[in-house]
Amino acid sequence: MSVLVFVEGLNGEIKKSSLEAASYGSQVAQAMGTSATAVAIGEVHEEALARLGEQGISKVLYDADDRLKQFVADAYVKVIAKAAQQESSKVLVFSNSNIGAAVGSKLAVRLNGSLATNVTELPKMDGGNFTVTRGVFSGKAFAQVNLTSDVKIIAVKKNSTEIISNAGNTATVEKLSADLAESDFAAAPKETVMQETDGGVLLPEAEIVVSGGRGMKGPENWHLIEELAKELGAATACSKPVSDIGWRPHHEHVGQTGITVSPNLYIAVGISGAIQHLAGVNSSKVIVVINKDPEAPFFKAADYGIVGDALEVVPKLIEAAKALDK
Amino acid sequence: MKILVCISNVPDTTSKINFTGDNKEFDKNGVQYVINPWDEYALTRAIELKEAKGGSVTVLNVGEADTEPNIRKALAIGADDAIRVNAHPKDAFFVAQQITAIAKEGGYDMILMGKESIDYNGFQVHNMVGEMMGIPSVTPAFKLDMVDDSTARLEREIEGGKEVVEVKLPFVASAQQPMCEPRIPNMRGIMTARTKPLKVVAPVGGEAMSEYVSYSKPEKKSGVKLIDADNAGELIKLLRNEAKVL
Ligand SMILES: Cc1cc2nc3c(=O)[nH]c(=O)nc-3n(C[C@H](O)[C@H](O)[C@H](O)COP(=O)(O)OP(=O)(O)OC[C@H]3O[C@@H](n4cnc5c(N)ncnc54)[C@H](O)[C@@H]3O)c2cc1C
Ligand SMILES: Cc1cc2nc3c(=O)[nH]c(=O)nc-3n(C[C@H](O)[C@H](O)[C@H](O)COP(=O)(O)OP(=O)(O)OC[C@H]3O[C@@H](n4cnc5c(N)ncnc54)[C@H](O)[C@@H]3O)c2cc1C
Repeated sequence: MSVLVFVEGLNGEIKKSSLEAASYGSQVAQAMGTSATAVAIGEVHEEALARLGEQGISKVLYDADDRLKQFVADAYVKVIAKAAQQESSKVLVFSNSNIGAAVGSKLAVRLNGSLATNVTELPKMDGGNFTVTRGVFSGKAFAQVNLTSDVKIIAVKKNSTEIISNAGNTATVEKLSADLAESDFAAAPKETVMQETDGGVLLPEAEIVVSGGRGMKGPENWHLIEELAKELGAATACSKPVSDIGWRPHHEHVGQTGITVSPNLYIAVGISGAIQHLAGVNSSKVIVVINKDPEAPFFKAADYGIVGDALEVVPKLIEAAKALDK
Repeated sequence: MKILVCISNVPDTTSKINFTGDNKEFDKNGVQYVINPWDEYALTRAIELKEAKGGSVTVLNVGEADTEPNIRKALAIGADDAIRVNAHPKDAFFVAQQITAIAKEGGYDMILMGKESIDYNGFQVHNMVGEMMGIPSVTPAFKLDMVDDSTARLEREIEGGKEVVEVKLPFVASAQQPMCEPRIPNMRGIMTARTKPLKVVAPVGGEAMSEYVSYSKPEKKSGVKLIDADNAGELIKLLRNEAKVL
């Protein structure tokens, strides 16, 4: 009956979003009076798996099949279903990532389960109901949803759960084999290309994001955004028109039709704050807006603001950030 | 090539979101509905593929009669015909079951959707349909081309990178930018859309797996604290000492 958490690895380590899912899962397990088991796939160091004990995971099931290094939905589903069966799990927890949500959706069908994606809070369990809160209307609201099936599958929104860290606790690591067949890899990717981050931070995982809009005037000024991001340990992002005109790559575009981010700090430079942009960033914990127009709508959604020319303000911020002791 | 494009009917991106009846229901009052923006990418790419390779594009919506203006809009953009499953779309699982029933019956080569609905933000229907049909689902894809008559090549986004996938027909994919430049209807399209077939069918049985009980709104920000531009460095100190985010 343990709660099962699916954890994703990257470069041998466990992704931050998966540490959040593990923390979420272990809290659910505690509330249900059971333990939390993680299932890991792909390339993760055993020490990293054992360290999941810090997030309250008791046991990790690990399928080290080489073919699982790249994401193949059908194969992943099979491994997780096997783990769920072995653990008799009724609650499965994922990160609401492209991988987690995909596998979660397929498992919902296979296990006839209730799926809630984009979940922002721990479930409430009373009177026989199991109720989660999830983000809806692109950040403009939340919905409370009863998961009515026996099996409940939850995909946790990134950066909405505190990572628990009970230093020193370790999880036991056990091998798991799902006896995968060649046919489970029929839709395997031909090629996986990871972005060059130059040692920087990936946008979907970032705790701090520095984002530029049309007010940056042109790609020749982006070194300011990059430099500030580097000083703060942040990822860089942009508004839609900026990626449409090719100043920045598309995967940096945030908003309603781009990616949704919910970092602790979002710094918007020369972005007007159109409602479609806000939809992608409005669950950020702290929002800073730098805009030369005091009437820019973004100021209404901001916690801190500077009215001024980005090209003059940002260098001052870089200077001040350099002076911080890290 | 027979392509099925699933479209969701959603509040316009600029809508104010409110709830009525003790926060138990979404307030449709004054809300303009549009084709889900992501679905426009799926629709336009389907039309482009049809223009290049021949075939047909059918749009499908699971919804009540009030979604028909947007189904007509999809026909005006260039779909050939449409199906509306006449049902209140209770949740994603229910919708996926309806889409699967239509897709199985129609024998489509490709089932295209948007990445995510901008109202219920599920990001799930496409993968559910793929699983229900036992065919690959490639989501979210930002590039879709045919390699030959039976194979498509897609690029999908994963966190921190992309994957290049080749799949045999039939398959499911969900679209996101920059797959294509979404088209808008022209006058001729609007005229011909009126006479294109729109079939209304009854839902197959199918159950919802979740129950929406109430809604809430995020807390309002307490207001912006402005820092003088000449003293911009002060901001960094506030972010560390007051907001505690650095
Ligand atoms: C269906 C739909 C979906 C959309 N999806 C998205 C989306 O996902 N993401 C998104 O971002 N947009 C989206 N948009 C577009 C959105 O409506 C806005 O057009 C867009 O966000 C504006 O980008 P911007 O703020 O960079 O540019 P602008 O609106 O042009 O704003 C530039 C800002 O920079 C300021 N500025 C100018 N010069 C300076 C300077 N020297 N220093 C400081 N500030 C300066 C200006 O005062 C202005 O506020 C969508 C639109 C639609 C219709
Ligand atoms: C409480 C509640 C009330 C609702 N009320 C209404 C309503 O009054 N009117 C209404 O039209 N919808 C209504 N919906 C349905 C909703 O818009 C979705 O159809 C359904 O919930 C799936 O949403 P999702 O966010 O999980 O989809 P996602 O998984 O995010 O959608 C992915 C893609 O699936 C396709 N898709 C999704 N929904 C449909 C659909 N219905 N038909 C065809 N293709 C689709 C689209 O291509 C979409 O881009 C309601 C949903 C709920 C939960």
